[in-house]
Parts: sequence; C-alpha cells; structure tokens
Amino acid sequence: MPADNASSLTTRAEAFPYGLRVLVVDDDPTWLKILEKMLKKCSYEVTTCGLATVALHLLRERKDKFDIVISDVNMPDMDGFKLLEHVGLEMDLPVIMMSVDGETSRVMKGVQHGACDYLLKPVRMKELRNIWQHVYRKKIHEVKEIESHDSNEDIQILRSRYEDFDERHGLFSGVDSVRKRKDVDSKELTDQEYGDSSAVKKARVVWTVDLHQKFVDAVNQIGFDKVGPKKILDLMNVPGLTRENVASHLQKYRLYLSRLQKQNDVLTPSRNVQSEFCPKDLPVGIGFQSSISAPQNSVGSRYVCTTQKIQAQGIFSDIQVDDLKSIASFQATDTKNPLRSDVTDPPKINSVSQLGVLVSFMPNVDYKPLEQAVSKQQPLSSSIPVMQVMQYPKNNIENGGLLQGFSSSSQPNQEHKLLDHLHTAPPLISMSCNTTEREKVDISNTKPVFTEHRNNHTRTTSPITCTIDSVSVHVGHGIVNSQTFTAPREPSGSPRKGAFYFDQTSNCGLRSPSQELNLKNGAELVSFPEDLQLYSLQGYGYLENVGLNGMEIFEYNDSTSEFHSNFYDEVEFDIRQLCDATDYPPLDGCLFT
Amino acid sequence: MEYSNLKRQATSMKQNLFDQGYLDEQFYQLEELQDDVSPNFVEEVVSLFFKDSSRLMANIEQALENNPRDFNKLDSYMQQFKGSSSSIGASKLKSECIQFHEKCGEENIEGCTRSFQKVKREHGILKKKLEAYFQLMRQVGPGDRATCSSN
Repeated sequence: MPADNASSLTTRAEAFPYGLRVLVVDDDPTWLKILEKMLKKCSYEVTTCGLATVALHLLRERKDKFDIVISDVNMPDMDGFKLLEHVGLEMDLPVIMMSVDGETSRVMKGVQHGACDYLLKPVRMKELRNIWQHVYRKKIHEVKEIESHDSNEDIQILRSRYEDFDERHGLFSGVDSVRKRKDVDSKELTDQEYGDSSAVKKARVVWTVDLHQKFVDAVNQIGFDKVGPKKILDLMNVPGLTRENVASHLQKYRLYLSRLQKQNDVLTPSRNVQSEFCPKDLPVGIGFQSSISAPQNSVGSRYVCTTQKIQAQGIFSDIQVDDLKSIASFQATDTKNPLRSDVTDPPKINSVSQLGVLVSFMPNVDYKPLEQAVSKQQPLSSSIPVMQVMQYPKNNIENGGLLQGFSSSSQPNQEHKLLDHLHTAPPLISMSCNTTEREKVDISNTKPVFTEHRNNHTRTTSPITCTIDSVSVHVGHGIVNSQTFTAPREPSGSPRKGAFYFDQTSNCGLRSPSQELNLKNGAELVSFPEDLQLYSLQGYGYLENVGLNGMEIFEYNDSTSEFHSNFYDEVEFDIRQLCDATDYPPLDGCLFT
Repeated sequence: MEYSNLKRQATSMKQNLFDQGYLDEQFYQLEELQDDVSPNFVEEVVSLFFKDSSRLMANIEQALENNPRDFNKLDSYMQQFKGSSSSIGASKLKSECIQFHEKCGEENIEGCTRSFQKVKREHGILKKKLEAYFQLMRQVGPGDRATCSSN
C-alpha cells in the first residue's frame, strides 16, 4: 500500500476529501468511538451508528447525505454483508467492510457482496485517511465532474491505486472459478476487469433506474444465457457507457441474483430445479426484466423492488410450471363443466377471494382483518376452490400435460378429488395468515372488486377466479417474504413468453377481474405499470398473475398514502421475511406433490 | 521533580504492559488520536472498552451456562469480544479469545469454559493494570501527556 502516495494525494486534493461524509456502522461502541475520532482527524464528517438496521434506515432517509459507508461485518442485528448489499443496490454508495477476522473467505465474501475495500481491525488511521479514493473514483465518472481538480493528473495517481484493486479483482475471478461459473461471459468479464487497469474504464457509473432498466432490457433481449457485456452495451446504446461499466454491473447483477437464488434454494430445498444462474430458464429472465420495469414507475419503492424481485422469481418460475398445468385443467372445467356451480356457491367464493386479496397485500396489512377473513372461510369450507387448484395439477399430470391435459381431463375425477382434498385446505389458509402479518389494507376496497367481476362473468368463472386468487396469494407469499413488493414485475415480462398455454375462454375470465382491479385501484396510482401486466396476464395465463396484479395494485395504493414511510421504517423486515419465506415450501409441497 | 518522577513511572508502567504482552501498538494508535479536543481520549476509550467488554463477557457466561453446545453463538460472542479487545490493543486478551475460538471449533465445552476463565482473568488483570496506569497519568497531568505518549 503506497502510503506516501496517499498522503501526497491528500494534500493535492485537499478540498475534496475534506468533509467527506462517512457513515460508520459498528455494534462495538469502543470501535465506534475510535473510528469516529480517526475520521474526524482526517477532517471527514462522521456519523456513527451502532445498529445496521438503523444505519440502513438513516441511509434511506437521507439518501444523499453520505458519501461512503464503513461497516463492521459481524453485527447482531443484521449481517454486515446484508447491509452492504442493500447499500450497494439501493444507494450505490461505496462500502468498506471491516472485521477482526481476516480469513480469506470472509474477505472474499465482502468483495463478492460489493465491498470496495475490506479493512482488518485494528483499523489504522492511514487506511481511513485514504478512503476518499473510493468516493473519488466514483465521482470522476459521474456526469458532474469535480471542477476544482485537475482530474487527469489525479487519475494518473489513482491509477497506481488500482493495482490494489486489481488484485482484488483477481481474487474475484478466482471466486468465479470456485463457483464453477463457466459461462464464457463471466470469464470475458473478469478478464476484462483484470487486464484493464485504466482508471477511466474502471470507474463506476451511476446506475440510475433508467439505466439499469436499459441494462435489464438488454439482458433479457439477448437472453440470460447469452449475455455478454459487449452485446449489452450495444443494445443499450448509451453514450459514455463503457463495456467495462456494463461488465461490472453485469457481474454485480449476477452475484446479486445468485445470492437471492441461494437464499431461495435454502428456503425451498425441495425445488432445486433452478441452478444458480439458471440462464436457460426463461421465466427467470422475464422476471428480471419485469422487476425492473416496475421500479421506473414507482420511484419511491423501486429499490426495494429490485431487491425482492428475484427471490420471488425463483419461486415463481418453479410454480409456474406447475401452475401452468393447473390452469389448463382449470379452464377445462371452467368452460365445459356445469358441475362447477354445484361445488361452489357464492358466499364461499366471497370469502375465498377475500383471503386471496388479503394475503396478496403486502406488508402493511392489518393482521386482524385477515384473521377474520380466514376464520370465516374455514367454517364455510370455502376451501373448495382452493382445493380445486391444488387438485388440478395432479389430474393434469396424470393426463399427461398441459393443454391436452385439460381438454381431456375428466371432470368427474376432478370433482372427486376436490372433495377428497378438502381437509388439506386449512393448512393453506393458516399459512397465508402467517405471511400477512401486520399489513394494513382496505378489505372493503377489494371485496367489491371481486364481487363485481363475478357479476360480469358467469357464476362459474367467479369461483375460479377466486381460487386463482387464493393460489396466487400463496405465490405472493414468497414474494412478500422475500421482501416486499416486487411481485408486480413478473407479469410485465411475461408477454413475451407465455401465451401458449393459455386458453381463450379463460383468458377473459382471468383478465377482466384484474382489469377491474386495475381500474378501480389503479386510479390512484402514480403510474400504471399494471397495464403492462394486464397483457402479460393474458399472455401468461398463470394463476399467479392474477394474484400478482392484485397485489401490485394494492401496493401502489398503499404507496400513495403511507406506504413509503412504512416501508423504510421496517428495516427488520428482511430478517423476518426470511423466516416467513419458509412458509412457502410446505405450501408448495401440498399443492403440487 | 516529582512530576518527572511520576512521568517516568507512568512511562515504565506502560512499557511493562507492552513488554509483558498485555498491549500492542494499537494502544499507541489511540495515544496518537488524543489531542486538545479530547485530552482524555485514551482513557475514555479504555473505560468504554471495559464497560462494553464486561457486558460481552456476561453474554458469554450466560451462553456457557444456558446452552453450552451452541458453539456458533459462543464463537460469535467471542468474536465480538475479540474485535473489541483489538480496539485498545489488548493483545493478551485477544490471544485468549483465539484460544477460545479454537476450543469452539473443536466443540470442546470444557475447553471453552476453561478458556473463558482465562479470558476473564486476563480481562481483570488488564483492567487493574490500566486503571493504575491511568491514575498515574492523571497525576502527571494533561500537559505532559504528549511527551509521555510519544513513548
């Protein structure tokens, strides 16, 4: 570490690092005090924070009030890596990790998660004095240049620093190979990063939502298995953006996805269908795209969205396959089955839809209303609709698949099975209760919607839709758990895929409810991302979509009012959600196995 | 005369702490941070450390009593303790922490307990020694600290 160089740099660029706004996060008060003092001695502006959750809250609340974050790795309330991830994705601030533990794997993990540096305790002041470089590196390439600097000269000097950086990238590529990511692109990517020591190229670009959207669009257009930085760059066609920028963003993106995927794998151990990067799985790609398209519309919540999306997705793609089948069979009964009316009667349907709605709402829902709904439902044995959904997949499988399955599906069979499975329903319901803890929602709002659409369609359709809702609810679960409101994104990507499995008749049935929902609730929305999803809904024909739409709508509603604030207030969410997410697999299992 | 005598005493006391492996250079780092704005910085930090480390030790003690087989938890507590010890350069304490960490890795409850007793003892010794040192330093007075801390 060229310390001399550093000090000379400091004097040269005195105006800049002076007043650097640093947020220090450490649960150890002693270190907090020392670090604060050290940083103050460097003439930095220091804010200290003993809890990661509080830090995150601070960062979200005062987005542009910090230049850099220094965080301890081991903190009781939130893993430092987790914090790092949030900060990296939401605020795009450089984060320095620190720990007494210098184990290579730990350091690697830090770098993987996007730490720009990893300091070992005891941290020395000269190391801290030097942290401005991370901010500066970023700043150089932001559109607004720092005027008072001879940046070229500084870049020259900075370049020597990159050796340090490059080493880390070297490590990084090592990590890649460890992880057996053998796709050409990532190699290309790491090669690039490694071999290219030019400061200009190494610079961080500010990945605005728009830019990221373009990026994701490009990724999806190319196909996740074929993406390479160059292709993306060409597609994005953004002046000033370098291949290197794209490459590193892609890398970040992938790591991010893989982490979420891993989490997801942990949560749904029985469904390992998707490998980490799972490039061939189209639904995944779609998910990505959509996940980002939404953020554009909802400015406030976008970040959170991005975080969640993928987890949700993983679950989704899994389910979609199954649901696909279920839908198929579904329609069959729908269109051709007069028996339906026997099975379901309106009141039941109502309660079911209620449940569905409630569950699909996100974090802000009242617990109590939900419970009520649920309890109502159970006595009514409205679980029937739910059961239907659960049932069909089996039938289909027996019948040998999607469309054929449903066309040939023997309705009597289905019915029997429905009944047989009635008793399985309660678990489903109870699960949903778990998920929806502390959400705040207008039940009144939702109810009318459902009833209305029931009117618009034949009786038979409505039960079906309801069922769908309840199913989607569960799907929604996953999303909720994974952290919030991402759900919406899914559908927007789907138009591309999809439509095949869908049946015309059911289309109407499915689509219109959601449309109504949109109209009604969407009116207050700031934007209408749902519009997209409508189509996708149609195209997809997956059960979840309905639920998703509903969910999204409510989210947006909420967001207009108190959502945003709550949102950030509930930092602990992640943690809890993780736990909640475990609810999902069992449900899954009982649905489709 | 008396001052310089006290000063010499303090210096040699500190030197002993270093020689006997109680402290490492992190302690000098702290002294360097001490300035006019916070003339008692080292002492403040050290007392903060003892306050917080007592809490951490209580945590560990409790964990050892209640669920001694939860080595992950023990280890993570001790990791905290170790990080804290590194803040004031309490090197002996730190190496005891590492011992504990190893015992955790072996899932050796007895070893952990014994190791923890050592940690506790070292903690107590260091506390006493540093208290004595700071008491002396207070007598030396703020004016002379700079020279003192420049070793």
